[in-house]
Amino acid sequence: MKQLKWRTVNPEETKAIAKLTAAFAKPGDVLTLEGDLGAGKTTFTKGFAEGLGITRIVNSPTFTIIKEYNDGVLPLYHMDVYRMEDESEDLGLDEYFHGQGVCLVEWAHLIEEQLPQERLQIVIKRAGDDEREITFTAVGNRYEMLCEELSRHDNISN
Amino acid sequence: MSEQKDMYVLGIETSCDETAAAIVKNGKEIISNVVASQIESHKRFGGVVPEIASRHHVEQITLVIEEAFRKAGMTYSDIDAIAVTEGPGLVGALLIGVNAAKALSFAYNIPLVGVHHIAGHIYANRLVEDIVFPALALVVSGGHTELVYMKEHGSFEVIGETLDDAAGEAYDKVARTMGLPYPGGPQIDKLAEKGNDNIPLPRAWLEEGSYNFSFSGLKSAVINTLHNASQKGQEIAPEDLSASFQNSVIDVLVTKTARAAKEYDVKQVLLAGGVAANRGLRAALEKEFAQHEGITLVIPPLALCTDNAAMIAAAGTIAFEKGIRGAYDMNGQPGLELTSYQSLTR
Repeated sequence: MKQLKWRTVNPEETKAIAKLTAAFAKPGDVLTLEGDLGAGKTTFTKGFAEGLGITRIVNSPTFTIIKEYNDGVLPLYHMDVYRMEDESEDLGLDEYFHGQGVCLVEWAHLIEEQLPQERLQIVIKRAGDDEREITFTAVGNRYEMLCEELSRHDNISN
Repeated sequence: MSEQKDMYVLGIETSCDETAAAIVKNGKEIISNVVASQIESHKRFGGVVPEIASRHHVEQITLVIEEAFRKAGMTYSDIDAIAVTEGPGLVGALLIGVNAAKALSFAYNIPLVGVHHIAGHIYANRLVEDIVFPALALVVSGGHTELVYMKEHGSFEVIGETLDDAAGEAYDKVARTMGLPYPGGPQIDKLAEKGNDNIPLPRAWLEEGSYNFSFSGLKSAVINTLHNASQKGQEIAPEDLSASFQNSVIDVLVTKTARAAKEYDVKQVLLAGGVAANRGLRAALEKEFAQHEGITLVIPPLALCTDNAAMIAAAGTIAFEKGIRGAYDMNGQPGLELTSYQSLTR
């Protein structure tokens, strides 16, 4: 399993990593995004959306659960399943996972059973008030390749 | 209006956790207003669960509509139009209302009108007092924080919105961090009354002249404050933290609303959305606008600030009068933008 790690010192660096990741995204990609409240999941998503050329304001989908952005090079499906703790319910998320866009799923572990097995798992950890530790774990060929490309183009990390 | 025939509109709302139906006369007068609150079942999950919401909507929609007619003492033949929330919201939930409205429209041959949920929240004000234009609406709820400028009926210009968390969401998340029960907003409001604003928390004013909002940094600051205190073995009074957090939110909301009201030279400021229930916010807005001559502040009663169908009927009446009609291929639109409603009215 391929892993990439970064340590960022401000939200801009976190955004830059997200933006770079978006440059290599393909339709049907599923990225899970884990981290505590305030870790920077929305910041990451903003950077990712920017990387896709989305100009609309990307704000939190916590209340609405899914927000769709269709004004970039690929559709972005931003999901936040924070409020869902009963994953036996069929949420109809499959259509999004196998759709024409990229899915970014926050708090994905709450719906483990419904997630595609292959995915890019992103974890953001607090390492101080502004410092964050970001870990990418590739599950499946597609995402190993993605990480491979990322590490080749990455001039953000140390 | 006196020479014209009275108009009765049935409103249906199922965009989130409430299944609601209402009948409104001439867009201003509530004849009946029924809301089947689902909040009890959501409490154990800590929020709104999509499919659970849909299932409850299915169970309740017919009952709620029947109850709206029973309370009004009316039948379908008295209804001029059916207004339904088309979006935004959870698609599975929206579809229940949209399909019910389409079926009734077809069966009874009554015109159908799609309504934007936020347009509905704004028009809740018209059930209290007629809207005087130009007007400015501050929409604050769990999913929205927006400043909407209205030149005239059916015209909506979003001049500011949140860049991250909605105000109500920040309340819920801060409450959760503080270990308070869901929904967190009222809890913080209550605690804040007893506390002192003595914890320095940031206020996100953003770039000069911006009417956008940001509450994510404030949320993080609260989390950091709690985290640092617990590491040092210190305790922070929840009352003081609530008061400090609430003041930070309200300060930004009120200041930006007042500035926009002045710049856009509006005659009326309308409060809308569930956070309008917040006593601290109401008091601060009342205090602020008491100083502005020529601007009246309208705050609907609580039952009309949270999700309901009377507001959908009220907004639908205006759309109907403007000649807008929904087609039978109407669908739930989870990402419907407020400007869509505007483009429909042109």
